[in-house]
Amino acid sequence: MRHRTRIAVGPVQFRIGSDWAPPIAALKRLYAGYPRDTDRPADATVRLFAARPWRRWLRPSVHIGGDFIVPDALPLPLSMGLLAAEMGMNLQVALGWRRHMLLHASAVAKDGRAVILSGESGSGKSTLAALLGEGDWRLMGDEFTLVDPGSGDALAFPRAVSLKNEAIAEVEARVDPARLGPLLAGTPKGDIRHLIPRADAIAAMHEPVRPALLLFPRFGGEPAIERIGEGEAFVRLTEASTNYIALGEAGFAALTRLVRDTPAFTISYPDSASGMTIVEQLWTEAVR
Amino acid sequence: MADPFYRAAGEGELRIEPLGELTAIFDRRSMQTHLVTQPIPEILAALEKGPGDAATLAARLADRFDLDGEGDAVAIVADRLAELAAMGLVEPA
Repeated sequence: MRHRTRIAVGPVQFRIGSDWAPPIAALKRLYAGYPRDTDRPADATVRLFAARPWRRWLRPSVHIGGDFIVPDALPLPLSMGLLAAEMGMNLQVALGWRRHMLLHASAVAKDGRAVILSGESGSGKSTLAALLGEGDWRLMGDEFTLVDPGSGDALAFPRAVSLKNEAIAEVEARVDPARLGPLLAGTPKGDIRHLIPRADAIAAMHEPVRPALLLFPRFGGEPAIERIGEGEAFVRLTEASTNYIALGEAGFAALTRLVRDTPAFTISYPDSASGMTIVEQLWTEAVR
Repeated sequence: MADPFYRAAGEGELRIEPLGELTAIFDRRSMQTHLVTQPIPEILAALEKGPGDAATLAARLADRFDLDGEGDAVAIVADRLAELAAMGLVEPA
């Protein structure tokens, strides 16, 4: 394709091509501090393309393609090309990755142990991980966490954090503006602004971490913590994994081990501050 | 009509992992995961001793369960066996 770049996020090497320059330029800026290893073959390919040649210029609309596609996905306007790239990267990993069990979860780590936060969009998992990652935690990822079926370790996937709506102001107030991408207002997912993870989180992205805590956050309501059993955690994580079925028995074994070895809790919290307090409290008890 | 006889899956065909109150069963033939509760794992274990119908299995399970009335126990086991057969975890003998 006319414009292209390579990005390595955790163990995944992306090849991204685009009919337009701006999405690639935006990606290059967000991922400038990531290690580059262009000799390695790409694991996943993302293509941002115009449905018809003239649509590169006339009301340009970005279609998302690659090794895997969503047939009915609507194209995005060029101003949201960065979001299209992010969606394409997520899609390729969610549908194509087989080397690890993929959990739709954010994660942070400290002292070689990980807290995995699994939840739907709106659960606040991304915001909590981003905010913890600005403190004394290492951000492992805001969207996907990988689990090595062999060792049971968690692996980071620290893509640029996708901050949404209220989370944008909350993070803007704490970080150097140079670490923020452009504001993408009024996207199908609301307002979005990307946060470049801290340099130490990117530098440590290949270091595996033993899971210490499994949390299922829910944003809203009074602060609450509830311990859940291995069976319930197993069910929730099969639903949170995009490749559990594809992995077959390796996925079954990995998940069984994860829920047996890792205490799991549902947590509710009315705001980020109380969410972070709960995570710190459970962490202290888990690693004691 | 007499209750049908069932036999357990072949050796190594199921991987059974207790997870607290639930038990996860991975069927290596279908690659499917089943999550079951008591008394399903116990029925599968009782079938390991050889094929049987609901009455035979209820008798084998009687040692482990405090079942009210033998008739109810047989009916419960018969229902669960039918479910297990539908899931492919036991087979008609």
